[in-house]
Amino acid sequence: MIKVGMADLNICHSPDAITTLGLGSCVGIALYDKTTQIAGLAHIMLPDSTKVRQNQNRAKFADTGIDMLIQLLVKEGARKQALTAKIAGGAQMFAFSSNNDMLRVGQRNVEAVKAKLGSLGIRILAEDTGLNFGRTVEFYPETGDFVIKAVGKEVRTI
Amino acid sequence: MQENKPDNEILELDVLTEIGNIGAGNATTALSQLINARIDMNVPNVAMLAFDELAEIIGGAETLVAGILLSLEGDVDGMMLFVLESAAAHMLVNQLMGCGQPPTPAVGGFNEIEESALKEIGNIIAGSYLSSISSLTNMLITSSVPYLAVDMAGAILSVPAIEFGKMGDKALLIESRFKDMDIDISGYFILIPTIESYKLMLNSLGM
Repeated sequence: MIKVGMADLNICHSPDAITTLGLGSCVGIALYDKTTQIAGLAHIMLPDSTKVRQNQNRAKFADTGIDMLIQLLVKEGARKQALTAKIAGGAQMFAFSSNNDMLRVGQRNVEAVKAKLGSLGIRILAEDTGLNFGRTVEFYPETGDFVIKAVGKEVRTI
Repeated sequence: MQENKPDNEILELDVLTEIGNIGAGNATTALSQLINARIDMNVPNVAMLAFDELAEIIGGAETLVAGILLSLEGDVDGMMLFVLESAAAHMLVNQLMGCGQPPTPAVGGFNEIEESALKEIGNIIAGSYLSSISSLTNMLITSSVPYLAVDMAGAILSVPAIEFGKMGDKALLIESRFKDMDIDISGYFILIPTIESYKLMLNSLGM
């Protein structure tokens, strides 16, 4: 099982699987080429690299992270036109009532990921996003399954 | 081991240590008043860590933890988080609520009364660190009401990590150790000022 950390990304070939743990307000993006059985997973933290001065770690942001992941996938033999996506995370972990941007970052991350994937023509086949709990995800390129685990909840496969 | 750290990082760690020690002193007093008994709090460790290291310190990204978050107001904007392993949180709550039970590490969630107690403990500890920062920087800092989440460490830490992610790749951590006759546990205090506020604080500290 290949592990992806926070602000990190990686790829795997079937029959390996790839995982990232403890997605809170961060979003986990699984990109999959069924034809070559290659998958990539990115764990992004912020929506927009252009809004932040300290943006050297490109895997941290939705816009640059997705680009980086696609580059890596194509290098490994995946076909860009065949890529589909499944996403999870972007929760609001604490029950703030304010609309302060800092506190809505989960939702903003999900919006940024969807906008970026949309602009690239990559279809989102499934999502488990929002609400107020953390998620651990696993992607299996052999089946295309995206497995979502959360504390006190049944395991979900989307 | 400070030899390989850049000068400004060593300075910041010294400041964190000072904040930590003064804050721990304040918190010991406040907590002891709360329970009318003596509980010692000290600061074994301060650090600037990368995000993924934060979760490892607490036992791993999937470890169940309680996190109490407060947003900062006044001269400083940002947030602070006090986080500890769920089992340790149960022990601390039981000890401080003095329900007569020996403080054994329970598992699972917290009931409403325990949640209130946790929030109050987080409030007191955060307030203790805030007043130490206020006195060191001469800045007015107050906090919001406390918010509680009990979930995987990675998920809870994502909130301050994201805020730090705008400044760079490291977070400020102060370990808080609670010790009395029955318990010996650690919690972690993470202070997350906004970039502008962080600069203001460093300026006030002559850095």
